[in-house]
Amino acid sequence: MKTCLIVDDSGIIRKVARRILESLEFQILEAENGEQAFETCQRELPDAILLDWNMPKMDGYDFLRALRRLPGGERPKVVFCTTENDVAHIARALQAGANEYIMKPFDKDIVEEKFQEVGLI
Amino acid sequence: MTPLDYDFLRQALKQHSGLALGADKHYFVESRLLPLARQAGLSGLGDLVLALKTGRDTALMTAVVEAMATSESSFFRDKTPFDHFRRLIMPALLAARRQSRAVRIWCAAAANGQEPYSIAICLREMASAIAAWRIEILATDVSGAVLERARQGIYSQFEVHRGLPIKLLVKYFTRVGEQWQIAPEVRAMVKYSRFNLLADFASLGTFDVILCRNVLIYFDQDTKSDVLRRLAGALSSDGYLVLGAAETAVGLCDRFKMVSDKPGLYTLNTIGARLLAQPRTAHARPRLIAINGGR
Repeated sequence: MKTCLIVDDSGIIRKVARRILESLEFQILEAENGEQAFETCQRELPDAILLDWNMPKMDGYDFLRALRRLPGGERPKVVFCTTENDVAHIARALQAGANEYIMKPFDKDIVEEKFQEVGLI
Repeated sequence: MTPLDYDFLRQALKQHSGLALGADKHYFVESRLLPLARQAGLSGLGDLVLALKTGRDTALMTAVVEAMATSESSFFRDKTPFDHFRRLIMPALLAARRQSRAVRIWCAAAANGQEPYSIAICLREMASAIAAWRIEILATDVSGAVLERARQGIYSQFEVHRGLPIKLLVKYFTRVGEQWQIAPEVRAMVKYSRFNLLADFASLGTFDVILCRNVLIYFDQDTKSDVLRRLAGALSSDGYLVLGAAETAVGLCDRFKMVSDKPGLYTLNTIGARLLAQPRTAHARPRLIAINGGR
């Protein structure tokens, strides 16, 4: 079973994303911000990361840059999931190593499609 | 809506668009045509049928056909046909058309433009291989309204989310308010034209690739067979026909054969097609005529 780390400061978003990803047979880890997510990744790298952009302490963009510098940190497929949906943000995310990008609001079909797109399903 | 009115609409739609409605689609018809009737200043479907029966208002019949046409689509819908296009169809055509350096593609049910633009994006992504080639994409649909939208190439966030990898979104689209517009250079690759699949294809010429996806499912068996037979006539002898995931030519038209292990992808089922799969030369066409003439 593949693991997915859901990183979002909203408990509701984490709950919705967990329900979707569990139905797609992922084992779920959660983090409330980039700092927590980075600590989790230092212990164990997940297969996938569903990542919010705006979070307290460390945002999604800084987390992604830090993750990609970790040994093996290039492996997890990172799918941004954010309200930051302008071209400049998307381009920055891709440059930092994001694999896909979900523009909130999202539903199961979109998550499934984007995870398929990057070969997670 | 009375049973007689419903039967009239079924027959009229079949006659004008090929759309085959089941006997139990009253709700579907009402949901699509009531808004149209009101927009036309009519009190309901009874009046709409009366107006259609006079036969004077051809624009009204056109509007009915457009309202009933399903224009649902997405970029790179079903994914596999576009993998076939990139990995099988285009490499074969690039080899076969080395001399003419020309390829004609027809999206026969273009809807809001996602399919022809997906093809155009595939071609942009293989730009170095097709430099100096003349590649034409003709996109037709029975509905002029959806084609107008296709020409503008503006899509909602929901629409660009579906099927479009984010790298391609950033590369080929710009943000216009809350929506996304496809790049002018991609739009310029597609020529749109209103066209009814029941009409004669002769004016369109011959194509190397025909995508006729998710439209035959709305036709009855006879209309499917007829359209497929005429599509075969519009396809070059070594060309490809791409059907939708739920569609087949098997048992409907013996002019096509499925490409092995590639459901939905067809070539012409003729000896001539195999011979002409070689690069076209000045002598190729007369040979085909001789072969066909001898059959």
